[in-house]
Amino acid sequence: MNVEDAAYLSNVFVDAAMIVWAVTLAAFAADLAFGSPVRTTTRVRAEVAVGSGGVDEVVVGDDAPEGASAPTSRWWGVGMGTLVLGTVILGAGVVLRGIAAGRVPWGNMYEFAITGAFLVAVAFLLFMRRYDLRTFAVWVTGVLLLTVGLAVTVLYIPAAPLVPALRSPWLVIHVAAATLAAAFFTIGMVATALYLVRDVADRRGVTGGRFVSRLPDTATLDRVSYRVIAFGFPIWTFAVVAGAIWAEYAWGRYWGWDPKETWSLITWIVYAAYLHARTTAGWRGRRAAIISLVAYSTLIFNFFGVNIVFVGLHSYGGV
Amino acid sequence: MTQTLPPQQSETPTGPPSMSPPELARWFWRQLTSMRVALFLLFLLAVAAVPGSVVPQREANPLAALDWAERNPGLATWAERLGLFDVYSTPWFSAIYLLLMVSLVGCIIPRIGLHWRALRARPPAPPSRLTRMPAHLERAVPADPDVVLEAAERALRSRRFRVDRVDDQRAAAGTSSGVALAAERGYLKETGNLMFHLALVVVLVSVAAGGLFGYRGTVLVVEGDGFANSPIQYDGLTAGARFTAADLPPFALTVDEFVMEFEPDGPAMGSPSNFEAAVTLERTPGAPPEQTTVRVNSPLEVDGTLVHLLNPGYAPQVTVRGPDGDVLFSQPVPFLPQDSSFTSTGVVKVPQADQPDIGLQGIFLPTGVIAENGPESIFPGLGNPVLVLTAWQGDLGLDDGVAQSIYRLDTTDMTQLTTGDEPFRAALDLGSSIELPDGAGSVSFDGVSTWVNLQVSRNSGKELALLGAVLAIAGLLPTLFVRRRRCWVRVHTQHPDGATVLTIAGLDRVASGDAGELDEELAAVAAAVEEELS
Repeated sequence: MNVEDAAYLSNVFVDAAMIVWAVTLAAFAADLAFGSPVRTTTRVRAEVAVGSGGVDEVVVGDDAPEGASAPTSRWWGVGMGTLVLGTVILGAGVVLRGIAAGRVPWGNMYEFAITGAFLVAVAFLLFMRRYDLRTFAVWVTGVLLLTVGLAVTVLYIPAAPLVPALRSPWLVIHVAAATLAAAFFTIGMVATALYLVRDVADRRGVTGGRFVSRLPDTATLDRVSYRVIAFGFPIWTFAVVAGAIWAEYAWGRYWGWDPKETWSLITWIVYAAYLHARTTAGWRGRRAAIISLVAYSTLIFNFFGVNIVFVGLHSYGGV
Repeated sequence: MTQTLPPQQSETPTGPPSMSPPELARWFWRQLTSMRVALFLLFLLAVAAVPGSVVPQREANPLAALDWAERNPGLATWAERLGLFDVYSTPWFSAIYLLLMVSLVGCIIPRIGLHWRALRARPPAPPSRLTRMPAHLERAVPADPDVVLEAAERALRSRRFRVDRVDDQRAAAGTSSGVALAAERGYLKETGNLMFHLALVVVLVSVAAGGLFGYRGTVLVVEGDGFANSPIQYDGLTAGARFTAADLPPFALTVDEFVMEFEPDGPAMGSPSNFEAAVTLERTPGAPPEQTTVRVNSPLEVDGTLVHLLNPGYAPQVTVRGPDGDVLFSQPVPFLPQDSSFTSTGVVKVPQADQPDIGLQGIFLPTGVIAENGPESIFPGLGNPVLVLTAWQGDLGLDDGVAQSIYRLDTTDMTQLTTGDEPFRAALDLGSSIELPDGAGSVSFDGVSTWVNLQVSRNSGKELALLGAVLAIAGLLPTLFVRRRRCWVRVHTQHPDGATVLTIAGLDRVASGDAGELDEELAAVAAAVEEELS
């Protein structure tokens, strides 16, 4: 396969993943609307027991005969199947992009976005094995579609070799860590947003309604978002430190208050504030949740805003 | 910064009542080291860091800062007053992180003492009724009570609990030895937490110290030239308060060749593919010269000082001759690139003693084409070098003693040369020359060299900062993932069938909300006991 073919195929795969995920979104939405509101953890446990290896086996768990104790809708199965399928296709698209460019596929914002979406999907599927995240699925899928959609429409640039400034093993380490942490934070954001919805509903005494009643309780949502963010935070810390080491090699200073550096520190500080707030009386719950959303918005601003609004050393990647 | 403060420290939002100075100081200290204030300071730090990303910073990018000030004259006055061009060294920014650091240290130090005692203390004795604990279970085990207790002890130890046998009134009734088990694990959580915060202090201190002793100089070197490492050779130097010129390693560097290569085709046509400088280094005056290569991302290191390639450019070789043909000026002139195709601008200044000075303003095009809006470069590589010139005559102002930019022509005391009514303007191909109007002389474009900005820098304390960062991450992991958990075990004989009833209870120090996980652990301990004794 030559380089042009790989580049072309990569684009086809990314588009295909988007289409498959659109089906996922519709299926999860239908599950939410028409599926059975009863869910038991037994089913999730069973799924974990069946799926012992890679991501694909979650599908096996889904195709497996569903226990009498666990009524699930057909929509759910379609959603999970297409989510995994789309993830595999996007993964292939990311790999082909790397082959086309002759390097790791994270040299510009288009590539960060597709790699990031892939990692969010994988991280979400992995967390599904541990926690009952069924009601998140539609929202996470929405975020995935939005990310890939933005990548394809706004951020796209053709595959090309790296400019000399990016040719370093630290690119692999630094960007992989940053993207992985962002993937965890994204799932944390969805959990936190649903937490706030559930929290407001509980406070207002709203119990009916398919949507709210099918959300996990606030304690579960709070726990999931905390766990995911707690996974992301050390990885983010490592990404910032790896970036500093690379900056020392590339620019002769490990910290120079470049806008991207500054905003990565801001994100770090606000997530640190979230972790502290969560252990502080009077700040738990809703306040901590809002802090975590603020932290996520600084992360997104760092990813999109800083490259577009400010001129700095990180702006060569192309918008 | 603390998670285990006594309630009166973190939960007193009341203002200061009338207090004596020492009381006031104590109140203030308590406030400062409280978590609420620490959270507030964290937010303040995050917010205070924002303006420095909006307004260009002088230290990071002096030209951009100057440019911003020129474009926003009204805002610039205020920005200057507030120190927005040097946010990260302003008193208000420093005040926030210093307060945060004091708050952190003030919170950490007492916790170190507490944790030290906790590490050496025995796990707390079992509560009187284990079945009232949030997580507990009972199992009947067909074995002797002492045997069951020993098995439970082994099971807990293998799950990394610290186990203590305690004399126990309630146990005394049912077992021969009258003991129960008290177990605790997860001390590493607090150890990691303390290490993380102390490591942050190490990072901050080494960054501050590095700022005092570090330096960064830039020097523009045209291919074929060199420089000796001393402050007077630098075009720009930023250095900490404790830096002295004697700190500079006395090396000398010559750039023998500086190569710029660009993608010739494909989607990324024109983007840089390789920048590489072949240099000759003399580590000390008179030392044997060493040949080496400097690339982007692979700096040259000389005695702890790093030499980096920064921005490059072209230097057209220009020769200016007088009316009678004698050479007035002949050297490569560094031109500043203006766009990604390396369309570059520059000036040639030819001072003369007995004649009016000559000034040339030029645009250099590495691959020049004449487009509708004038000449432009379509590729950054040297495809068709063109030098477009306009000429001025008069007083360059070089004798005034005022420092001048070498990239700008001060035309206040000069007049532009014209041909007819039009300003004189010539586009020179490589190797061609042209007569200036009014018999002022001639200009020839003889060749093209490259130049590169070299950065010479030392970041003192970077090793310590890195160590701090590594320790911080190492401390973060147990802080976030280790669970502080207590466990208690009692056994008593159930008289009717002679089996031993094993009661296990557990409690998480910090409620995780994941109660199922604690239940699972208790069940696992019980299962281990049953398996051993079945």
